[in-house]
Amino acid sequence: MRKRALFGIATRSILRNKLRTLLTMLGIVIGVAAVIVMVALGQGAQSMIEKQIKGLGTNMLMIMAGSTSQGGVSQGAATFNRLTIPDAEKLARESTLLSAVSPVIFSRGQMIGGIGNWRTMIMGVSANYQTIRDWPVQSGSFFTEADLRSVRRVVVLGSTVANALFPGEDPVGQQLQVRNVPFTIIGVLAPKGQTAGGNDQDDVVIIPYTTAQAHLAGHSRIGQIIASTWSPGDIPAAEQEIRSIMRESHKIAPGDDDDFTIRNQDDIAAAASGTTRVMSMLLAAIASISLVVGGIGIMNIMLVSVTERTREIGIRMAIGARGSDVLAQFLVESIVISVAGGLIGIVLGYLAGATLARATGWAVAMPPEAAVIAVLFSAAVGVFFGFYPARKAAALDPIEALRHE
Amino acid sequence: MAADPVLHPVIRLAGVTRVYSAGSNAVRALDGIDLVVERGEMVAIMGASGSGKSTLMNILGCLDTPTSGHYELDGKAVNGLTRNELASLRSEKIGFVFQGFNLLARTSALENVELPLLYDRSGRFAGRESPAPEALRRVGLGARMHHVPSELSGGQQQRVAIARAIVTNPSLILADEPTGNLDSHTSIEIMALFQELNAQGITIVLVTHEPDIAEHAHRIVEMRDGHILRDAPIAEPRDARRELASLGAAA
Repeated sequence: MRKRALFGIATRSILRNKLRTLLTMLGIVIGVAAVIVMVALGQGAQSMIEKQIKGLGTNMLMIMAGSTSQGGVSQGAATFNRLTIPDAEKLARESTLLSAVSPVIFSRGQMIGGIGNWRTMIMGVSANYQTIRDWPVQSGSFFTEADLRSVRRVVVLGSTVANALFPGEDPVGQQLQVRNVPFTIIGVLAPKGQTAGGNDQDDVVIIPYTTAQAHLAGHSRIGQIIASTWSPGDIPAAEQEIRSIMRESHKIAPGDDDDFTIRNQDDIAAAASGTTRVMSMLLAAIASISLVVGGIGIMNIMLVSVTERTREIGIRMAIGARGSDVLAQFLVESIVISVAGGLIGIVLGYLAGATLARATGWAVAMPPEAAVIAVLFSAAVGVFFGFYPARKAAALDPIEALRHE
Repeated sequence: MAADPVLHPVIRLAGVTRVYSAGSNAVRALDGIDLVVERGEMVAIMGASGSGKSTLMNILGCLDTPTSGHYELDGKAVNGLTRNELASLRSEKIGFVFQGFNLLARTSALENVELPLLYDRSGRFAGRESPAPEALRRVGLGARMHHVPSELSGGQQQRVAIARAIVTNPSLILADEPTGNLDSHTSIEIMALFQELNAQGITIVLVTHEPDIAEHAHRIVEMRDGHILRDAPIAEPRDARRELASLGAAA
């Protein structure tokens, strides 16, 4: 049987029942559109996170206290060990692959100044923290090595803090009480936006770590050490170097586990995008349930159609159609319905995605391969759910079928 | 396949039985039928309902196979063929004409006639001009090719069905009560068409319960209770064309 004729028969009988065909298609249309929108939202979220993680800094490495897990066994809090300023100094002194090293002392406290007060995070870092994070100032300047050595009470504000306490003016040169210690504002950082986790990175004040130790925290325990390499290719070797320097510094015997963890940007990106990938897969899975429901709708209508057209099937068989010809006819019909529904669904999905992006400001990425997959998937739905009714038609006895009223 | 047509008849049935088993009791719808139809014959099969003529028709049409006995269609044994082989045989050798016309609704006359060509696997018609318009011209519907069945009268619909039956140039035309749904005048017109096609060499077997329709054939096979009661040639078959002429004169 000629293939063109098959499509002709299928489209003609589909067009014969326009309203019914349209309603049958609707299930597939909605299913495909839902999957497209969900995939687009998931992809959008993922690419946004990747962009944000790139914004953390250049060639950045983070050293944190404690070992997350070694050899598959979690070490837990009992092995928690401290990172110290001497660790950071030793790294800066001995490493050959790191371009910059900075300890980070975290603390929280109340700021008083400008038009009121503001609770925020205080970070004590070294002068090259700015280079590691690739974080320019929008006014004033970052503190220097000299400020650090002299334990000066200078502070650089994140843009959120600057806007909260000094709206509409440049705070550089003004005074700020940090945990009741007077500081001079020497710079305001450019906005960096939210982290992948939704934290405002600009809600922070930054001071020299020496000053932090002297006036605020009062001890030398630090939250993390961040460092950057000269080039991205150095990162794996730099991790090895950091490990050996840190093990030496912490006097860890050979064979014992590390009491610190080194993470690079890729690790952080993988962890963050892993979460969104699971989320978007979950959404797509839920959306594809509607595709299955749409497929069942097709099966239902095809079964009705086979019953209605029993006599037609009998005529076709009497004049020489084989079971396989009848099977092909009904299968092509259900595939045409589902693929047409899929195509409409793609258009609808892309329109809905674009509208959603404009209305909510969410990141939406429309991957072109999603359209191809959607078409193939809806064709598969057509084959899967069309097969049973088509086989039923093909198995009819021509004599019985001809007698059917 | 190209056996010498002179050597074997179109239909050869030998001791054909067809038993329907309905529960514990079996019904012998056909009980030892012997029948030979030669090429170019026009045979009418008659009988009351329940006589087995429909069952015989189904077997002759390769829609059903005998329970026992032998059936040879155009020199080819039908016994033991698969569903697909039966379909191929129908496609190649048989043209059906039904009482209820059995045209596809909302499908033009031309497309209805082209339908058997769709299922042809012999490749006889590949790359050639479609024989469908010529078949419609042969039944006198050359001017109505693009009409759908609902736009045609009963007689015209049956002509489309006949065109569909002859389009593949089959060895045998099987007509099951072809005039059952038509008025007497149109019935005679249809019989005139059959006689004309038969005169062109087409073998026709028609099933009817109306004696005056059967008398247009060369030979009448009468059935009762699954047996052939009588199988006799007609000395002087009715000439449908002359009947139409006299009817026209009377009117």
